[in-house]
Amino acid sequence: MATPDISIESDKLPARKTVLQRIGRLARKQPLGFAGGIVVLAMVIMAVFAPWLAPFDPEQANFADMLVPPGSSSNMGEGFFLLGTDQFGRDLFSRIIYGARTALTVGFTAAIIGSFAGLALGVASAYFGGYFDLILQRIIDVFMAFPLIIMALAIVAIFGTGTDKVIIAITIPFIPRCARVVRSSALAVREMPYVDAARSIGYGSARIIFRHIAPNVVAPFLIMLTAFLGEAILLEASLSYLGLGVQEPTPAWGLMLQGGAEEYAESAPWVPIFPGLAITVAVFGFNLFGDAVRDALDPRLRSR
Amino acid sequence: MKSRLTRFAASVVLGSALAVGAGSISTSAQEYGGELRLVVGSKIPSYDGHIESTFGMIHPIRPFYSMLIRVNPDNPSSPTDFVCDLCVGDVPEPTNDGKTYTFKIRQGVTFQDGTPLTSADIKATFDKIAFPPEGVASNRKAYFKMIDSIEAPDDETVVFNLKFASGTFIPSVAMPFNFIYAKKDLDEHGYKWHQTNINGSGPFHFVEHVQGSHVSGVKNPNYYHEGKPYLDGYRAISAPKMSVRLQAIRGGQADIEFRGFPPRARDDLVKALGDQIEVQESDWNCVLIVTPNHKVKPFDDPRVRQALSLAIDRAGGSKYLSQIAIVKTVGGIGFPGHPISSTPEYLEKNIIGYGSDVEANRERAKELLKEAGHENLKFTLHNRGVDQPYKVVGTWLIDQWKRIGLDVEQWVQPSTPFYATLRTKKDFDVSLDFNCQAVVNPIADISKFLPSGGANYSDFEDQQLEDLYIELLQTGDPAKQRELFAAYEKRVLNDLASQFITLWWYKINPYRSYVKGWKIAPSHYLNQSLENIWIDQAEYKKQLGG
Amino acid sequence: MYSYIVKRLLILLPTLIGAAILVFLLLRLVPGDVCLLRFGGEGGYADPEQIRLCQERLGLDQPIFFQFVDYMVGFFTLDLGVSMWTAQPVTEEIGIRFGLSLQIAIMATLVSVIIALPLGVISAAKQNTPTDYFVRAFSIAGIAMPSFWLGILIILGLLIGSQAFFGRPWMPPIDYVPIWVDPWYNLSALIWPALATGYRYSAVATRMTRSAMLEVLHEDYVRTARAKGLIEKVIINKHALKNAMLPVVTIIGIEFAFLMGGLVVTEQVFNLNGLGKLFVESVTQSDYTLTQALVMLVVAIFVLVNFLVDIMYAWLDPRIRYN
Repeated sequence: MATPDISIESDKLPARKTVLQRIGRLARKQPLGFAGGIVVLAMVIMAVFAPWLAPFDPEQANFADMLVPPGSSSNMGEGFFLLGTDQFGRDLFSRIIYGARTALTVGFTAAIIGSFAGLALGVASAYFGGYFDLILQRIIDVFMAFPLIIMALAIVAIFGTGTDKVIIAITIPFIPRCARVVRSSALAVREMPYVDAARSIGYGSARIIFRHIAPNVVAPFLIMLTAFLGEAILLEASLSYLGLGVQEPTPAWGLMLQGGAEEYAESAPWVPIFPGLAITVAVFGFNLFGDAVRDALDPRLRSR
Repeated sequence: MKSRLTRFAASVVLGSALAVGAGSISTSAQEYGGELRLVVGSKIPSYDGHIESTFGMIHPIRPFYSMLIRVNPDNPSSPTDFVCDLCVGDVPEPTNDGKTYTFKIRQGVTFQDGTPLTSADIKATFDKIAFPPEGVASNRKAYFKMIDSIEAPDDETVVFNLKFASGTFIPSVAMPFNFIYAKKDLDEHGYKWHQTNINGSGPFHFVEHVQGSHVSGVKNPNYYHEGKPYLDGYRAISAPKMSVRLQAIRGGQADIEFRGFPPRARDDLVKALGDQIEVQESDWNCVLIVTPNHKVKPFDDPRVRQALSLAIDRAGGSKYLSQIAIVKTVGGIGFPGHPISSTPEYLEKNIIGYGSDVEANRERAKELLKEAGHENLKFTLHNRGVDQPYKVVGTWLIDQWKRIGLDVEQWVQPSTPFYATLRTKKDFDVSLDFNCQAVVNPIADISKFLPSGGANYSDFEDQQLEDLYIELLQTGDPAKQRELFAAYEKRVLNDLASQFITLWWYKINPYRSYVKGWKIAPSHYLNQSLENIWIDQAEYKKQLGG
Repeated sequence: MYSYIVKRLLILLPTLIGAAILVFLLLRLVPGDVCLLRFGGEGGYADPEQIRLCQERLGLDQPIFFQFVDYMVGFFTLDLGVSMWTAQPVTEEIGIRFGLSLQIAIMATLVSVIIALPLGVISAAKQNTPTDYFVRAFSIAGIAMPSFWLGILIILGLLIGSQAFFGRPWMPPIDYVPIWVDPWYNLSALIWPALATGYRYSAVATRMTRSAMLEVLHEDYVRTARAKGLIEKVIINKHALKNAMLPVVTIIGIEFAFLMGGLVVTEQVFNLNGLGKLFVESVTQSDYTLTQALVMLVVAIFVLVNFLVDIMYAWLDPRIRYN
């Protein structure tokens, strides 16, 4: 996120700043994006170190400790439930930590595959133009307008349920959206003199696409990528809520809100509240982070 | 807090008393008037009881129709107490060696459009159910295979001639789906008219059905049961999500739900509203069954299947699951408490997986798996995408199997592909299946475990079971019946472990305490005419205001 | 201009046909059908004869190719058929829910506009101040919350709050009464989902208002206005806001179109008898005809709104027409 004014300032101050100072400066200039970054970082840490952070096996049912309130000790003698337990006596804290793993797996995989596939299609569509572009754009129209739930249901019904299937269901609608945005940026780049020049000296299509066009559509691509991260987590939650997502006993935030969570909303409010909060905070963080990326990359929005 | 809890306990006890003690209450004077708002968790596919099988149709539509006979509305918890609805006097005893039933039909009954009801209508109705013409559907035709012919010699008499004497005839006639239609409607409009139109002679008259929202009915002023119904009308509101139905009762938007809530939901309601909530509870004629696919290795090996059954701690499961799911009672293949079914003591001593030493059972399970060479078996449990009780029980089973070293993954499918997988594609390892019948009729219900029964999806053949079942059907002597029943049960659960029982369902109905006169039955299909229900107006005003 | 409109309209056709083919295929890839589900017999014996009759009646026993031809013929003659579940005409099933979905779309759009415009303007005017950060955080929180979770919290809040303040718990009505029959009853049911949805949808509109305002505030004529010494309030209200409106109106129009397609999840939580709930039900019941019609409705609304937006931009910017 090196903006021009930073480099000007560092010219004036040749002394190297410490990392802490840099962070402090970033936090002042982009407090929301910074906060978002911290949330994202925390999630990554939770996901990577889940086995060391979680006090319990997230899938181990323990019927002696059903719906224990937050901050209680286990009736079995050992263990402490920081956020309470669910209807199967499973530790919510551990499930939320492991849930970060599921959320990030779904979020990153869907966002990265979706945006890269969209990048490829968008650039190709713009570069080749003609009938290829026309037909591809019509296909993209179809997928953009198509309701996600039908796609998800078909995928679940054909391939079964599970994290990987949820990723497929979520990735498919991302591809056309990214392709559409990338294509319109690439269309502008295509007309640039240097692309003509590359073509005239006989470079192949692949080389022109990857070396000359793709790097110039990085800004919209990154904006889409970061926007997809938060969205994927929300979509996973919605699909799980409709019973089409990740299945028991896998720890996943959306799944934790489904079924029992509503029934016990009152007598055991911790069951719906903590996973819901986890989703909200995570998506909030990703969106703040994404906004900061957008601000940094989109020249029209950059503060003047 | 304490007083609330005691009140709660009291209301549960009262509810149980209601369910068990027949007709001991309702001594206070019934009041007339008011509209009952009930919430229904399933959609109405059509109005035709003869082809449908969902309570989503029974709850809103049943009150518009009459039956020939029915489960006694004053004693619905009894599985053997049937009374006349459109017939007069007691349910007739058969003559001609049990092969002829003669019903005297009530006079002066009219359909909603004013047409008088005669025996011809009853004959036409049962002809449609038992002998539908080519191209006309009838979902329960198979229940009436014993009927040879139906006659209506005069306006007041209907005679059923059976091919052979059968103990399942009367319970089958009493099934709440057997709406009596007017012959005139069938003649004039054809056999499909009732799918989209309503003309019945029940306690309520049809007013409107707004698709997806509600069905409403008003009191039938000419209803033939003296003094009934008490209500001016009712409104059956569609609400597919359980949490919505629960919140609606709590938030004053509905008075009652007839299918059943999980125990925690009951506790929440009682905690929030205290004595404004009445609770009735009952065993439920529905059961979840583990169905291994015998065509898939290693589930063709009885030792593996027995190990799966042995791993399940049913008593422990009952204790815990009954706090979070609509299951509770440990039972064999017959409805618990029915005279023919096995007692808990018998099951504990004689059936695998019911013994009280859980650790010993599990050791035995591990040995069996070792013998079969499948110690660390990995497989998928196919389940239906419905939370209560399927997914709760499924998650519990996986945990039980984990305890004997098995690695089981749950494969949940929405209802349509679930049925397709279970019934036609058969590409599962082990599946949860269920049996949920209206009238309690164990001898008919256990055909679920019969390889040739048409509803057994574990895909195997066993001549011994077939022979036992035929013998059981043709035996009149109760002692002999019990003996054959036990042999059949042992064959299914022990020798073959072809399928096995998890826990029987448990029906819990919390509702607003101003709703009076309703009695719980062991099935959510039964006793749904609403004619006995009345509203305590003073209490209603107290709870919901003007 | 007219030739551009005609060209744009012709492009809509392949999209609609493509979507029609896609929904047809995806639905048939799911094993089982409506008859198997409907006559499943609650786990007991299901009469195979009855299931066969049902499949025959609905044409499900036909080879898939014939089913497809039949469907496409119906599609082009605008004969959508009857629901496979209720046997009511599909148009009637949709018609019943359309009023509710339209009403909630209007209400939610109003809520989102009421939230988005002032917040977006304030946020732009106070760019990079704590006020701006707070407004942005507030609006992003709206999209970060799962809509059903917000719905659950609202209902719980109403139940607990009403019991605490008025002594008896209250929740919004769960059956649909049209607004002209009983406005009070109707609004007391729909205001809550409208608030939840409007808040959620205000996020994008707020962001759009903010960035459009920022852009306009840096235009020359605004600088001129400032130089003339006009006070900031007048500049924002008279000069900037008016010119920032076009993209904002566009985004609100697109959101309205999305809302019309039904609120799949929110309608579940509040038990609203709208298109979203109908959609979920028709999908879970494998009601092919109804699902196909609903998908086509959603797709048609989507492409139509995009078409209108394109036309509007082409009208405003003639260069687009000749591109």
